[in-house]
Amino acid sequence: MPKYNFTVNNKSVSVEADADTPLLWVLRDQLNLVGTKYGCGVAQCGACTIHYNGSPVRSCQFPVSAVGTGKVVTIEGLSEKGDHPVQQAWIDMDVAQCGYCQSGQIMAAVALLKKTPKPTDEEIDSAITNICRCGTSVRIRKAIHLAASKGGKL
Amino acid sequence: MSTTSVSRRNFLRVSMITGGGMLVGFSTLAEDEKLPVDGTPFSPNAYIKIAPDGTITLMSPNPEIGQGVKTSLVMLIAEEMNVDWQKIQVEIAPLDTKYGSQTTGGSGAIRSRYTPLRQAGATARVLLIAAAADTWGVTAADCYADNGFVVHKTSGKKLSYGELAGKAASMPVPANVPLKDAKDFKLIGTRVKDVDAKAIVTGKPLFGIDTRRGGMLFAVVARPPAHGKKLQSFDDSAALQVTGVKKVVQVKNSIAVLATSTWAAMKGRKALNINWEDASKLESTADHDKAFKDLLSKPAATPNRNDGDVDAAMAAASKVLDVYYEVPVLSHAQMEPLNFYADVRDGKAELYGPTQVPQSLVTAVAKELNIPAANITLGLPRQGGGFGRKLRPDNGVEAALISQAAQCPVQVQWTREDDMQNDFYRASGMFRFKAAIKDGNLEAWQQSFACLSNGRSPDTYPAGAVKNLRIESHSLPTNIPTGPWRAPTHNVQAFANECFMDEVATELKTDPISFRLSLLKKAKEQPVGRLAYEPDKFISVIELVAKISNWNKPAPNTYRGFSTWFSFNSYVAQVVELKMEKGKPKITKVYCAVHCGKVVNLSGAENQVQGAVVDGLGHAMFTKLTFKDGAAVQTNFGPYNFVKMRNTPLDVEVAFVPSEENPTGLGEPGLPPIAPALANALFAATGKRFRRMPFSDDIQFA
Repeated sequence: MPKYNFTVNNKSVSVEADADTPLLWVLRDQLNLVGTKYGCGVAQCGACTIHYNGSPVRSCQFPVSAVGTGKVVTIEGLSEKGDHPVQQAWIDMDVAQCGYCQSGQIMAAVALLKKTPKPTDEEIDSAITNICRCGTSVRIRKAIHLAASKGGKL
Repeated sequence: MSTTSVSRRNFLRVSMITGGGMLVGFSTLAEDEKLPVDGTPFSPNAYIKIAPDGTITLMSPNPEIGQGVKTSLVMLIAEEMNVDWQKIQVEIAPLDTKYGSQTTGGSGAIRSRYTPLRQAGATARVLLIAAAADTWGVTAADCYADNGFVVHKTSGKKLSYGELAGKAASMPVPANVPLKDAKDFKLIGTRVKDVDAKAIVTGKPLFGIDTRRGGMLFAVVARPPAHGKKLQSFDDSAALQVTGVKKVVQVKNSIAVLATSTWAAMKGRKALNINWEDASKLESTADHDKAFKDLLSKPAATPNRNDGDVDAAMAAASKVLDVYYEVPVLSHAQMEPLNFYADVRDGKAELYGPTQVPQSLVTAVAKELNIPAANITLGLPRQGGGFGRKLRPDNGVEAALISQAAQCPVQVQWTREDDMQNDFYRASGMFRFKAAIKDGNLEAWQQSFACLSNGRSPDTYPAGAVKNLRIESHSLPTNIPTGPWRAPTHNVQAFANECFMDEVATELKTDPISFRLSLLKKAKEQPVGRLAYEPDKFISVIELVAKISNWNKPAPNTYRGFSTWFSFNSYVAQVVELKMEKGKPKITKVYCAVHCGKVVNLSGAENQVQGAVVDGLGHAMFTKLTFKDGAAVQTNFGPYNFVKMRNTPLDVEVAFVPSEENPTGLGEPGLPPIAPALANALFAATGKRFRRMPFSDDIQFA
């Protein structure tokens, strides 16, 4: 089985996996980083969103063989103390209901704010295409605006 | 641990715990049930533990599925104990008979726990005060509880709950502890953030799918590809060649592939060579729809309700409206695909996973595995949504059978496709509505409902407000499994009822809100037959939503739709506002007024209603599941078209009618009225009626 070396959350990792194994399952089953969630496996729901070289990527459709030397950041690596401004905004707005999709939502929101620090509602609509089955979109939008209004280092 | 004192009236039990802490339990014995003889421990159902170090733990008897119960139950305890809610740890209790029913469904958690948990909290407070008074040699009346301490009024001396817990456990339990007056609440009714918020936003392993135990294999299961098919034979030789695949086991009509990773198990499943055979009819949606129409062409054998003389009123009418409404099958599509961990070995089962019905799951596992229920333990994780899917225990039972067959611990993971093909779906159905209009009045109302399996029209509003009224239901036998889906039956009935109500109001050239108010006034003053709702509460939410939405002063270029519904003892009225962008509707804002008794957690309650609105809007606009020859046509998001951010309103404003009455349901009641409110707004904007969901089959949204 091929071996892959790459960086996850600023740590070097080494895994053996079939080349076609989606990064999602490598993270969850081999690296025990289960904050990245499985929701559909077809890049539709966004629950598995991670950052690859700073860009949001749906890890369920991203084979481990494509990671190369790129840098992977998961929800666990977003901040050391769980106090990233977007995580804090999510807490302040009390966004979550079941909470299952929120790590993917947060990863998508962080990527948006890095590129567009003060997004309009239209820009949020275009960037956040994740599914929330509980229907927390109103609060997700407010949390993104809140994080944007506070600025801070993303 | 020893039982020290039992209050017969409240069935509260207080015990000492090792090291000097206190434990307060509560039992909901039925009235005719006998208390155990003194000295015999009986099983309380909810626990507050106070440790000597002051740590307070609530064992939450209800699973958390996103309804916010972990947070609101803590608030009930904290309110009566006079303690900071943030000091209370909350754990979801494992299944244990001492907790009473642990089912979560029917919007029932807060309704059933509101009084018992407050009584437990209040008893703890009284005992802590008694312990402090005894220590100081003063009267309890000279002491009060404040923020985790008992304080002596005159001297200002204080002792923490932790310091007092051991002694408090030995104080006699008072027979009748008064609860706080709602007007004295400091915490109940305020905004409290989800107790798991930090763990959620940092990706902690909270969910069943995150279970990782030593020696565990990951399993993926090949189940029949269509309803009506069963397993004939299979060849697993290629599957067993897949790297990482360890075992293949057959369980009933399914084949489980066990591997060292989920991906290997998925690849192994693909490599199975399976022959399925037809066991019963392979059904298709087109056949169902045709059958519904046939059923609705005939009167039902026995109406659910029959007030006055509908036929005579129809015959005498100057105009009869006669229209059909259609609703599709839906999947629950809870965000966390089904999964379950099971370790069944040596006649014992350790289970851990998502379910709304812990008791029936264990009962079913005991029966299927033929082992005593006492040999089964079940732990409950936080759950990635429920919506009714996990009211069936099939995921847990299947995992237990697989573990038993494979003789190893296993985490069974369903793919999204597995979920959508093997759901207990929201049944599709068709309604036929007739109204008799004469002299500018609604003289008769008839609603007939035909649906897959056994749907029954609720005997509720507008029943009681119309002189001649008939409600009928027809069932279409099917081998497609159906089951409860958020606000069962209400979620389709409200759509048809409230759209038709709007049609009648239009026909009568009356304002839709005034029209409902006039009907409810009739129901209040001269009810016809049984009244299942309280007209005053209905009126209160309608008037409130009219006020907050400025119903009488519409904004320019804005189209509105109104609807109202009563379910789970709660009343909700909603207004949808939309604008037309290049001929396409875009929902901008939704207003909701809710009467659900006392609101416990304002943030959580508002979140539930906002979520129900977005949930209901999304499904009404976009979502359906159809069958072709017994197989689901839409098996994943994408084809199963689910609402995304850009089609949701920018804001959902929620107002609660102030009430000191005990809480009524809230996880579901926000959903039923939203689809008709949208359809009625679409009519206002386009002049067209939208009588079938999803509306995107007939109009493109901006």
